[in-house]
Amino acid sequence: MSSDTLAQAPTAPEIPGPPAVPRIVPQRRYGQWTAAVVVLVLLGLAITSVVRNRAFQWDVVAEYFTTGSVLRGLWLTLWLTAVVMTLGFALGTLLAAFRLSANPVLRAVGWGYVWLFRSIPILVQLLLWFNIGALYPTVLGVKTVDLLSPVAVAVVGLTLHEAAYAAEVVRGGILSVDRGQIEAAQALGLSRWRRWRRIVLPQAMRSIVPPAGNMLIGTLKGTSIVSVIAVNDLLFSAQLIYHRTYQVIPLLMVATLWYAVVTTVLGIGQAYVEKYYARGTGGTR
Amino acid sequence: MTVMVDIRSVHKSFGPLDVLKGIDLQVRTGEVTVVLGPSGSGKSTLLRTINHLEKADRGEITVDGTPIGYRRAGDRLHELPEREVLRRRTKIGFVFQNFNLFPHLTVLDNVIEAPVSALKRPRKEAEEDARRLLARVGLADKSAAYPRQLSGGQQQRVAIARALALKPRLLLFDEPTSALDPELVGEVLDVIRDLAARGTTMIVVTHEIAFAREVADTVVFMADGRIVEQGPPAAVLDAPREERTRAFLAKVL
Repeated sequence: MSSDTLAQAPTAPEIPGPPAVPRIVPQRRYGQWTAAVVVLVLLGLAITSVVRNRAFQWDVVAEYFTTGSVLRGLWLTLWLTAVVMTLGFALGTLLAAFRLSANPVLRAVGWGYVWLFRSIPILVQLLLWFNIGALYPTVLGVKTVDLLSPVAVAVVGLTLHEAAYAAEVVRGGILSVDRGQIEAAQALGLSRWRRWRRIVLPQAMRSIVPPAGNMLIGTLKGTSIVSVIAVNDLLFSAQLIYHRTYQVIPLLMVATLWYAVVTTVLGIGQAYVEKYYARGTGGTR
Repeated sequence: MTVMVDIRSVHKSFGPLDVLKGIDLQVRTGEVTVVLGPSGSGKSTLLRTINHLEKADRGEITVDGTPIGYRRAGDRLHELPEREVLRRRTKIGFVFQNFNLFPHLTVLDNVIEAPVSALKRPRKEAEEDARRLLARVGLADKSAAYPRQLSGGQQQRVAIARALALKPRLLLFDEPTSALDPELVGEVLDVIRDLAARGTTMIVVTHEIAFAREVADTVVFMADGRIVEQGPPAAVLDAPREERTRAFLAKVL
């Protein structure tokens, strides 16, 4: 019946059927089209200028992209990031536990740590650790300078800094878990460790993973700061080359491209981890 | 008949708020006790003190002859370490108003979690038991589902199966149907009714008067942190002696 009416609609049927349902016409969004065109044009101009500007010396970039010293620098950056993230989150989780503890002393210590290490700029902290020998010339009879190589200084400084932020991320994640979950686990007689491992942490991970992924990427690039204390990371390796050849821009491009490549890979990994921890929630939100 | 739960002059306050002002109550083995009362009367708190989710400030509660959170020595109750409290608590099943299923675990994993980790039972055996329990609450086909894929009534039935998986001596229900859509209340009450018919000792805090009338051996009416009146449903619900009980029933019936 209704399809008949529709077919005859243009020739005005003699017996009027039920009134036709009006068709919905979407609004024309001219503004959106204009904005898209403007942005695309600007983007095109920017890309052409980068490609056509010979000062970028893309041939030099290609030449050094997989040089041994650059790859060795990249490797140091990668493992430094991994070590700092692992130790930082281990210490951060402990600090989060302090801050959520029933013990007021532990709570205060946790708060104090976070306050202190979020207050000191990471560059200042690295320089302080680098010069710690001025404060403590010897530790247990060993000269501090021998004990703390630049790489060790980098690990210690970045880890302590990372832990302060990780503590807040983990604490937020734990607080996001419904109180009723812990009560249910207690009512079922689950041990403290089991409650934490099996019930709280997996649910907290949903809130922890996105900011942790952010921190991981931030740390990856943040490690470039260790070049100021002559640690041979990705950036420092590039710098060593351009100090010799004066090809500053192309070598900075080499470092930039590597950072972008690793960031992309990490971002893809993060998406998978998020998907894993979102199971049972009916899709990511 | 033996006494399963013995509550003696239990007091509890949250800061300046006295929630329980001296509760005395005995629950006999195999009986169903339904606790009624206006919100804020202390019903839920009383239930939670029984399995030591809340600590009583004063008084003593024993379940099956032993206090849950304490060790009695003469006229003192020494607080037990958590490990021991958890162990003793496994003989009590608790069903929450909001189900509190673990959302990241499947229905089956929810049910076997406590038997496997708290009672150290072999996983295979626990799974067999869990499937039997799920069949009993009418959810045999849902063991692989996640809680969020189920209706509220189904979730609450899983929660009941989860509580039963510990083979508890006592079941506590804290307003098990209050968070449900009206058309789903019946399926949960059916499960509780079935448990009652099997002689499970239960304490049920609820607002379902008709259910209380049908299933309860004893109805307890609470108001303002005290037990106002208790007795068989016919007495408390149809011929209440106390004015407070009459006023409450007039409102809810």
